[in-house]
Amino acid sequence: MYDPTVARLTYRALLGRRRALILGALPLLLIGIAVVVRGLAGADDQTASDLLGGLALATMVPIIGVIAGTGAIGPEIDDGSVVYLLSKPVKRPTIIFTKLIVAIAVTMVFSALPTFVAGLILNGNGQQIAVAYTVAALVASIAYAAIFLLLGTVSRHAVVFGLVYALVWEALFGSLVSGARTLSVQQWALAVAQKVAGGEMVRSDVALPTATVLLAVVTVLATWYAGQKLRTLTLAGEE
Amino acid sequence: MAVEQPMRTPVTQSGDQTRIHNIGYRTYDGPRLGRSYATRSLYSQSLRGAYGLGRSVKSKVLPMLLFVVMCVPAAIMVAVAVATKANDLPLDYTRYAIVMQAVISLYIASQAPQSVSRDLRFKTVPLYFSRPIETADYVRAKFAALASALFILTAAPLLVLYVGALLAKLDFADQTKGFAQGLVSVALLSLLFAGIGLVIASVTPRRGFGIAAVIAVLTISYGAVSTLQAIAEVQNSSGAIAWIGLFSPVTLIDGVQSAFLGATSAFPGGVGPTNGEGAVYVLVTLGLIAAGYGLLMRRYKKVGL
Repeated sequence: MYDPTVARLTYRALLGRRRALILGALPLLLIGIAVVVRGLAGADDQTASDLLGGLALATMVPIIGVIAGTGAIGPEIDDGSVVYLLSKPVKRPTIIFTKLIVAIAVTMVFSALPTFVAGLILNGNGQQIAVAYTVAALVASIAYAAIFLLLGTVSRHAVVFGLVYALVWEALFGSLVSGARTLSVQQWALAVAQKVAGGEMVRSDVALPTATVLLAVVTVLATWYAGQKLRTLTLAGEE
Repeated sequence: MAVEQPMRTPVTQSGDQTRIHNIGYRTYDGPRLGRSYATRSLYSQSLRGAYGLGRSVKSKVLPMLLFVVMCVPAAIMVAVAVATKANDLPLDYTRYAIVMQAVISLYIASQAPQSVSRDLRFKTVPLYFSRPIETADYVRAKFAALASALFILTAAPLLVLYVGALLAKLDFADQTKGFAQGLVSVALLSLLFAGIGLVIASVTPRRGFGIAAVIAVLTISYGAVSTLQAIAEVQNSSGAIAWIGLFSPVTLIDGVQSAFLGATSAFPGGVGPTNGEGAVYVLVTLGLIAAGYGLLMRRYKKVGL
């Protein structure tokens, strides 16, 4: 199910040249802000929770997920070089699975790790807040990578649709219509985080069993369907 | 049997038989439309392209959809104001763009790479420069086109609000003043966002990557700034709030309009910058627009040559 060569090529496509620098700028910014906030406000659990929840989990993880998830396959389909990959005797689901693993790994490294570091800086893991949000970022990384990888195989405008989901659906509708929150990766991840933190600091609108089931279902379904989609891929020219 | 080779006769004697036939090609002596015409054409094509006009149906979907999403809330507000016979619109003209910033960000993120990245990727930039236009013309045309597209996007809902307000017989002078202030504010916003979007998009030939980079810069900076402002508010250091606002495009516009255009600030606590700080806001905004133009000029000095 895992093909090292495909993985190596995907890593290079995602992190090659200056892309790693741009991906790395976001985590550095988060850590920088954490340092500034610690200096301004001192160690405060509520502040730490607000910052990690509002900036790291709500904005940074989805954006890195979009870049890594769609970037793992989108450009190849876009410039047509995916035919060379598809013409090799590698199963299409294997290609998708490998790319998913790479996308998850990249998203985790660039979002969960800095979340943990920022959490430690902000309040030294008081009330398990740093660990809770790190777990949430890890869980969200998996789901986001799977969803956005699927989008990358389905649409040529995957990045835009991914961002519309991440920013408009989760942030805007999520804050206006409470029902929209049930269908939000962010809330599912928060449900897991709530279980880890145990306190009152981290809250989710979705119960833990629902969240875990939905997370697993979405990840598996998205991966499976992306594999199916790749089997019947038609290459279109530039619009 | 060997064919007898013709003798290589010296060609000196055929001098009067060699001639170039005039088969009637003529030089072009019609009007040459020149540099400014080419620039205008590039501007209008880019502006049309920003809404998908003259492109495939698929590429019309997103800009048109965002345009509708931008205008519908304005129409609803007008309907509510007319139905309830309110004395004022539920939202200020200046506030509208701030509330709808996610839509504006998505629009600029999707259309800025569309405007410049594809020229880079398919190496069509040298073809542009083989025309009479210069680097500066190309940059100005693209910048102006994207800024105009953004202005259309942000000013259309204001127009809806204004017309609706007049139909609802709200105070004419008051509404006109608000409308004019709103127009100035969205014009600044259009220039600023177009500059930022184009600078980022012109660096990468990959469309998808450009989109993500533009949206990351716009939303992360806003997220970071508003988080820091909220913390400064809690810490009672409200003097810092205005200075923090300088670091993201949306709060920058918010600061300018709450200092000089009579808007209520969306900053935490509702404290906008004072006049002195507002002057800094205006300077930074204009500086950023100029810097965007300068960076684009530098970028296109070398490209494709």
